[in-house]
Amino acid sequence: MADSTLTYVTEGMLQAKGVWGASRTSYPITETDIRRWAMATYYPHKPPRIYWDADYAATTRWNGIVAPPDFNPFAWTIHEPPSKPPKVSVPNAQPRHPDGRHLTGMNGGQTDTYGVRMRPGDVITARSRLLDWHEREGRLGHTLYMRTEIEWKNQREELVRTRISTQIRY
Amino acid sequence: MTISFDDLNVGDKIPSWSRKTSFAEWNRYAAVNEEFVPFHMDDEAGRRAGNEQGAFGMGNLRYAYIVNALRDWLGDEGVIREVGCQYRAINQKDETLTVVGEVTDKELQNGCQLVHLKLDVVNDEDRGTCPGHAIVEL
Repeated sequence: MADSTLTYVTEGMLQAKGVWGASRTSYPITETDIRRWAMATYYPHKPPRIYWDADYAATTRWNGIVAPPDFNPFAWTIHEPPSKPPKVSVPNAQPRHPDGRHLTGMNGGQTDTYGVRMRPGDVITARSRLLDWHEREGRLGHTLYMRTEIEWKNQREELVRTRISTQIRY
Repeated sequence: MTISFDDLNVGDKIPSWSRKTSFAEWNRYAAVNEEFVPFHMDDEAGRRAGNEQGAFGMGNLRYAYIVNALRDWLGDEGVIREVGCQYRAINQKDETLTVVGEVTDKELQNGCQLVHLKLDVVNDEDRGTCPGHAIVEL
């Protein structure tokens, strides 16, 4: 029988709930970054011209090359300008088994709401916060579903993307 | 191709979008997304993670396939407003994944023609692995 008092929720999670964490900033996006991303996700077919042909892209409603909506400007390394304000102190928001046992993690999915498109030259800043969680007994045993909100803005403070991500721990 | 808002009906299907996936696709995606997770790259690591068949594909790549299917349907004049999905099953090596989608609603909002869709990424056995939804603007 399941232990109704079992929880993976930690004090750190309770303190972090709803608190925006430190931001991180990408290097400027390049045409090469966009082209390679599109080539990888369309492989083995050629990606649409909007992602690599500047002359064509200039004739579209976007007036130039844009990145695929799912493009990740934070891969490999990030850039944080020295003028960045001090980081917000957010406690460790990781769940934990009460006996210290390692929890297995899975990506449960996400919902992305898109704002303006990412373009070559854009610099993206991201921040995130723990939204909420729930626990239940499932086929993997006691399972925690944790939702995080991740917000991306460009250098003009325009909203690029909001992601609600679900992480599963069991 | 221009999609006519007036001609779209609930239940209409978008063109399916397929890719056979294996290390060639996964390694390219790992390279651009810096997603070098052992169980996506090595059969032994996949088995250690509980998948008897070995390495398995990235959820994020299936998400990219959904986005690509929507873009290819809409063309360059359409706008993808929202995409969501749940990762319900593993993408095994050499499977052909197919994005399928169907119109569930359409509405005019502040002059914008919005179309709501339900989506999934089905495998060779026609089983859904990644149920989701999208909102697009024509």
